[in-house]
Amino acid sequence: MKLKLLFIAILLIVSCAKKNKTAEVSAVTQQEIIENETISDDFQLEVYDYAGLEPFLNKKDDKIYVVNFWATWCAPCVKELPYFEKLNSEYKNQNVEVVLVSLDFPHLYDKKLKPFIKENNLVSKVIALDDADMNTWIPKVDESWSGSIPATVIYKNSERRFYEQSFNYEELETEVKQFIK
Amino acid sequence: MKKSVKILSAVVLLVLVSAFNVNTPISGGYQIGDIAEDFSLKNIDGKMVSMADYKDAKGFIITFTCNTCPFAVMYEDRIQALNEKYAPKGYPVIAIMPNNTDVKPGDAMPEMKKRAKEKGFTFPYLMDEEQKVYPKFGATKTPHMYVLEKTKKGNVVQYIGAIDDNHKDASAVKVKYVENAVDALLNGEEVTQKETKAIGCSIKV
Repeated sequence: MKLKLLFIAILLIVSCAKKNKTAEVSAVTQQEIIENETISDDFQLEVYDYAGLEPFLNKKDDKIYVVNFWATWCAPCVKELPYFEKLNSEYKNQNVEVVLVSLDFPHLYDKKLKPFIKENNLVSKVIALDDADMNTWIPKVDESWSGSIPATVIYKNSERRFYEQSFNYEELETEVKQFIK
Repeated sequence: MKKSVKILSAVVLLVLVSAFNVNTPISGGYQIGDIAEDFSLKNIDGKMVSMADYKDAKGFIITFTCNTCPFAVMYEDRIQALNEKYAPKGYPVIAIMPNNTDVKPGDAMPEMKKRAKEKGFTFPYLMDEEQKVYPKFGATKTPHMYVLEKTKKGNVVQYIGAIDDNHKDASAVKVKYVENAVDALLNGEEVTQKETKAIGCSIKV
């Protein structure tokens, strides 16, 4: 938590510094930055190809990871995001971490994805997967995945389950609880 | 905490999917080598279309697609190109819109007509009104392609999956899965890559 705050503070400082340098910053934008304490306009989105994503699917640190594949253009994904956010906050002290893997189109990262993350104040870690060779990486996530989203992987060390479906909060909780022993 | 409440209130939950629906994995459907049953679905011109109507066809390129999925939209021009290239060779494209239009009003018949006109679709754009055809195929998303070969036994499923290996950029495509499958069938050869995976929008039930 402290780390996160520090990170946000750095982001804010960096973004303010940048804006001041260009001397384009108006009173209004400055105020906006102050009001919106969580994420600055210039926050960096982590973007990976599948090789870069793979470590997020294979950590062996006794933590329970809930990795959700979603996109801002996917209505059922957007619908279930609040449940993942809730899970992330309510099960944080039970060693559960949610990772939201966005499959948004790269040309819309700035226009759609970043504003979405900001507007909805997403707290869970969001990373973007940009890898066009889907036929290669989809089966690596799970052999049974047809490719439709939403899809979710829940794992703890080498214990792992895959879900090509939508969740409500109760269902998500039930699944995660099976990993908490 | 405040944040999750905010999101919760921001996202108004209109559709309640029953627990049953959510828990039942989408499975089944045709496997490679299966005979695809014919269908009779309404086209955007109001007429019913079946595979049996195509007396001279050697096979079909069936695509489950829709107006509202960005992945499907990215592939519209390539589906059109497939029809232009392969309909004269005996493999016409038949597009089927599988979504529940109560969930996705943007896929309703008037919208389908509009989209087909805008894009100048040269292939039928059918609606799976009762949502009974796509489960038989085992389609789970849009776009989802099936290449069928017409034989004496019936229309045999020869390919299931994506159109090609790059949805983002048609010019960066390295492997044209559907074209390779149809070319092989036209040459009387076996399809080498019979199944591929791709991300798509889940079909709305």
